[in-house]
Amino acid sequence: MRAPASELPIEFNDVTVTAGSVIILDGVTLTLASGAPTVLIGPNGSGKSTLLRAAMGLLAPSRGRITWGGRENVPPLKRAIVFQRPAMLRRSAAANIHFALRAAGIARAEQARRTDELLELVGLNHLADRPARRLSGGEQQRLALARALARDPAVLFLDEPTASLDPTATKAVEDIIRAVSERNIKVVMATHDLGEARRLGGDIVMLHRGRIVEAGAAASFLDTPQTAEARTFLAGELLV
Amino acid sequence: MCHLRKVFAERNLVMPSDTTALQLVLSGDPALFAIVRLSLYVSLSAVVLAALIGIPLGALIALTQFRGRQGVIVLLNALMGLPPVVVGLAVYLTLSRSGPLGAFGLLFTPGAMIVAQTVLVTPIIAALTRQTIEDLWIEYRDELSAMNLGPVGRVTALIWDARFSLVTALLAGFGRAAAEVGAIIIVGGNIEGFTRTMTTAIALETSKGDLPLAVGLGVVLIAIVIAVNALAWTARRAGERLAG
Repeated sequence: MRAPASELPIEFNDVTVTAGSVIILDGVTLTLASGAPTVLIGPNGSGKSTLLRAAMGLLAPSRGRITWGGRENVPPLKRAIVFQRPAMLRRSAAANIHFALRAAGIARAEQARRTDELLELVGLNHLADRPARRLSGGEQQRLALARALARDPAVLFLDEPTASLDPTATKAVEDIIRAVSERNIKVVMATHDLGEARRLGGDIVMLHRGRIVEAGAAASFLDTPQTAEARTFLAGELLV
Repeated sequence: MCHLRKVFAERNLVMPSDTTALQLVLSGDPALFAIVRLSLYVSLSAVVLAALIGIPLGALIALTQFRGRQGVIVLLNALMGLPPVVVGLAVYLTLSRSGPLGAFGLLFTPGAMIVAQTVLVTPIIAALTRQTIEDLWIEYRDELSAMNLGPVGRVTALIWDARFSLVTALLAGFGRAAAEVGAIIIVGGNIEGFTRTMTTAIALETSKGDLPLAVGLGVVLIAIVIAVNALAWTARRAGERLAG
């Protein structure tokens, strides 16, 4: 198995991210430790995707520090991310995974076996030779998950992985996320779907306007929210 | 048609007949086919050389940020419309005996014609590659960055995935090279049996009034351009079907 200690915990210390004059994350302090999935919730524009990108190392904070296993500037060799709209390379499903394996420096002799394993994990072995762009939305999400797992990550970031999927496709993706989590891979995901947060979340972090308004274990957060914003959001009312 | 006949009669020219031009092509006239072979050799060599320069150059401009980048893009796009006679003159001066590359003795050889056409075609391939790669980079940026790919890996992946679109850039370059006459007539000299291509021969034969050969060459030139485009289009469609 991998060595999560090299990546975890991921610690945000008073992290601010700005784009021009717009503040996207505002003084976020957060620890992402190994264990059950952490789910980020909050309305559109609350900073969920930016937090994931910063945790992945794709965005540098404008202020504050992010550390991975206590170190700064750790290259994302054991981190992977699935974006909300993952770009499919103009190749077959299998070739997409092959590409990710090559990029991760997996030995050539192992690539074919790993490709088959990953296709099987996400239930796409029967579509291995189909052009990735011709797959359905749910199949593309599963392929993106397999491509991310090709990196053998210690931490997997998922940005709204089931947005715009139907219930069947959502269940397929959630089953994979559970399987991934059981393999001791830390999952950090953003979602709008409170049901999904309840089904998958070990911890919940709620963001609003770039700030963390509340965080805690999923059951207690969802059943007894402590802040007015969380109560409003959980009640399905508009949080502006 | 009557008007054309009157013009030809007034100028004491031979009216081309479809049969004559067609016979010339179908009979496998050696002079005609030598010209066709040389034309293809020069234009295809120029396209290959221009692709070797233009594709990496276009990709480099697409993926790098530097001061004056917008100006370089505007200049590159403008160079797509380079006047062939000006390119011919510049290459002539460069390759002439007293020019900086005069020692190579290339002037009035097919090599000089390839150089001139490479200069004309490179900006077309580079500019179209830059646009294609930049569009694909916008789509792939997040994924390739998340995979921690280095610059070489990114460029290779982008060029490979853009390969079907880049065929269009190569075709545009080939179209420019195959149709071009101004530059190669200056640096090649239109020497019979040595540097005479389809376009220079058409210009010459038309001025001499030997219209059947000119028309025959014109028909062959158009047929080649259509055949190359059809072949490339078929290959592109087949590739897209397989790769998505």
